[in-house]
Amino acid sequence: LNTVAILLSAFVLSFVALLVFIWSQRTGLFDRSSRGAEVIFATQEIGRTEDPSATQAEQGALQTGADLATGGQAAHADAHELIERARADASTGPLVFFFYCCAVVWLLVASAAGLTASIKLHEPDWMVQQAWLTFGRIRTIHLNAVAYGWAPMAGLGTAMFVIPRLLKTPLIGARFAFFGAVLWNAALIAGLGSIGAGINDGMEWLEIPWQIDTLFALGGALIALPLVFTLVNRRVAHLYVSVWYMACALFWLPVLFIVAKIPGLHQGVQQAAVNWWFGHNVLGLFYTPLALASVYYFLPKVIGRPIQSYNLSLLGFWGLAFFYGQVGGHHLIGGPVPEWMVTLSIVQSMMMIIPVAAFTVNQYQTLQGRLSALRFSPTLRFIGVGGLMYTASSLQGSIEALRSVNVITHFTHLTVAHAHLGMYGFVSFVFFGAMYFVMPRITAREWPFPWMITTHFWLVSGGFALYFVGLTIGGWLQGEAMLDAARPFMDSVAVTLPYLKARSIGGACMGLGHLVFALHFVLLVLNYGPQRDQPALFRHLFARKVAS
Amino acid sequence: MKSEIKLVSGAMVMLALSTSALVVLPYMQVHDTPPLPGLKPYTSAELRGREVYIANGCLYCHSQQPRAKAFAPDFSRGWGRATVAGDYAYDQPPLLGTMRTGPDLMNIGVRQPSDAWQLGHLYQPRAYVPGSIMPSFPFLFEQKARAEKDDVVVNLPAGQVPAGKVVVARPEAVDLVKYLLSLDRSYPVVATPTEPGPGAQR
Repeated sequence: LNTVAILLSAFVLSFVALLVFIWSQRTGLFDRSSRGAEVIFATQEIGRTEDPSATQAEQGALQTGADLATGGQAAHADAHELIERARADASTGPLVFFFYCCAVVWLLVASAAGLTASIKLHEPDWMVQQAWLTFGRIRTIHLNAVAYGWAPMAGLGTAMFVIPRLLKTPLIGARFAFFGAVLWNAALIAGLGSIGAGINDGMEWLEIPWQIDTLFALGGALIALPLVFTLVNRRVAHLYVSVWYMACALFWLPVLFIVAKIPGLHQGVQQAAVNWWFGHNVLGLFYTPLALASVYYFLPKVIGRPIQSYNLSLLGFWGLAFFYGQVGGHHLIGGPVPEWMVTLSIVQSMMMIIPVAAFTVNQYQTLQGRLSALRFSPTLRFIGVGGLMYTASSLQGSIEALRSVNVITHFTHLTVAHAHLGMYGFVSFVFFGAMYFVMPRITAREWPFPWMITTHFWLVSGGFALYFVGLTIGGWLQGEAMLDAARPFMDSVAVTLPYLKARSIGGACMGLGHLVFALHFVLLVLNYGPQRDQPALFRHLFARKVAS
Repeated sequence: MKSEIKLVSGAMVMLALSTSALVVLPYMQVHDTPPLPGLKPYTSAELRGREVYIANGCLYCHSQQPRAKAFAPDFSRGWGRATVAGDYAYDQPPLLGTMRTGPDLMNIGVRQPSDAWQLGHLYQPRAYVPGSIMPSFPFLFEQKARAEKDDVVVNLPAGQVPAGKVVVARPEAVDLVKYLLSLDRSYPVVATPTEPGPGAQR
């Protein structure tokens, strides 16, 4: 195989494919008055803010801010359409609730495992008697509990809630998803157990033995069924941006998972290439689209203003679909894999700046003039920070893929910090925000203690800032020490110690924040809190029909 | 966008491109790379040891991929020459790793060939490398009042063994050390020609 020919054809193909797709999906490019972005609102509803997690006072302030920005008072939306939406919500309620309960449990499991692993890195003789608690296993339990527990449960739960709303159709076949989610969680329990017991497939992100993975595949397929049924039975002609991301994520994941896990197919360094093709695509083509879809839905919904540029969303989507799929090779820079593959991945990593910039500009334009909403809406606070972290982590990822930077950062804790910027700062923050919005809608109850939302936000934000900054500095110093052959290797270990400790402190704050969140979740579910003596249920049912 | 068929087929085309670039082409190019002449297949004990290496997550801190001299000082650190695809022909899966919290291990069998050192270091790394943050692995060993006939006794530095006891390696530890000692990619990538061939003129 001729390297130059492959590179050249890939490059030409990239551009032609991208152009053809954008063109074929859209005629009348650069049309500013696109109605496609308005389908998330009912007739006359634009200008109405919505954040069920805000207090009455905050909701009032939110609406006043929007009214000031538009220079008029928002009309009341078409009541019939709102009842339709309430029906769509009702059809997903129990299912979404089940997904979210699982998500919260896995969040706590993952936090405990992550914190344990973090402490072990600077206290290597702490809790070493049990095999399952050794660093290599508990760290892997942490990763898998996030990757197959918290993130997909929160993300798919949110998709279950959002898709019927966007298609204006009640969810069809929810019981399939219910059964699928049970299988999925059973598989995860078995998978984490087997990692703890020391049985794993030895590939990062793909540790769970393939025998158990067949359960995941089955569960995942069952979860996807109702979304497909609902899609084909939809009552709207137009598919909103969030639907593109969510639907495609559901089709991408099984291909990634099955191709990567077929036993006996892959061999030697080719298997390493598959490993990182999967490892990066599960981030880029599964968690990222689910989280971006949530941003595209909740951000405009909260502030009552449609996404400003529909064309930018198209560019963002197809750019992500094309470029993201090919960046995985940058995990193997300098490794024993074909050089052209690594180069291709570096090029596509840089190209990722295009969709990321499209997303960022689009969200910024939408929020412009409405930034006060961040003060009053808990949902928006989480989702806004999450969206910003998407931009930050993607740009950081592009830069880290450059050989000159990668030679320092590869093999260091900086990569770990970067991974958490994406999976935590972006994906988890967005899902926190989505859950704050969705839970009151599906339970018809308010979050009982607004101060707990604030505490959660500041604990995880502060903790994560310490985590990220500490580990980034530590990782960089570690990389520089390793790159200087005159310094002994042990220098690169010693230099990281204070930063590893800072990471544990930051991680502990994040864990504490998750405990607050989980407790609040339980209090909401148990209907415990200041609102429980009021005739809350009636008021909320009414509110759901008229003011939502 | 109005057609879900267009949407999903477009998305799958994108994934197909990605799959052909990162899965199919590497498969065609390096899947059947033969082992280099100097590379020996693993023995059963070494393969069992490899499973212990995977089970305990050694790969999350130790890479197995020294890089080229022109790129990074891996060779100067004594980690060995840059590896090539043929070095991994018997590795399923390859354990390239993504972190160097500890040093690269591709040639640890050459660099530290003493099994006594390896066993003791697994039992308590800090007895050998001050400041090491590698976990100790006491669960791979046993403490006994006295060793029996076939026991592998670990010789530890003074102060590491409790009074009146001996530390004995469990089979997992013995296998793991056998695997570590088998890690040797010091043979040449290109076989040395025995007599001047047609290429010798260059």
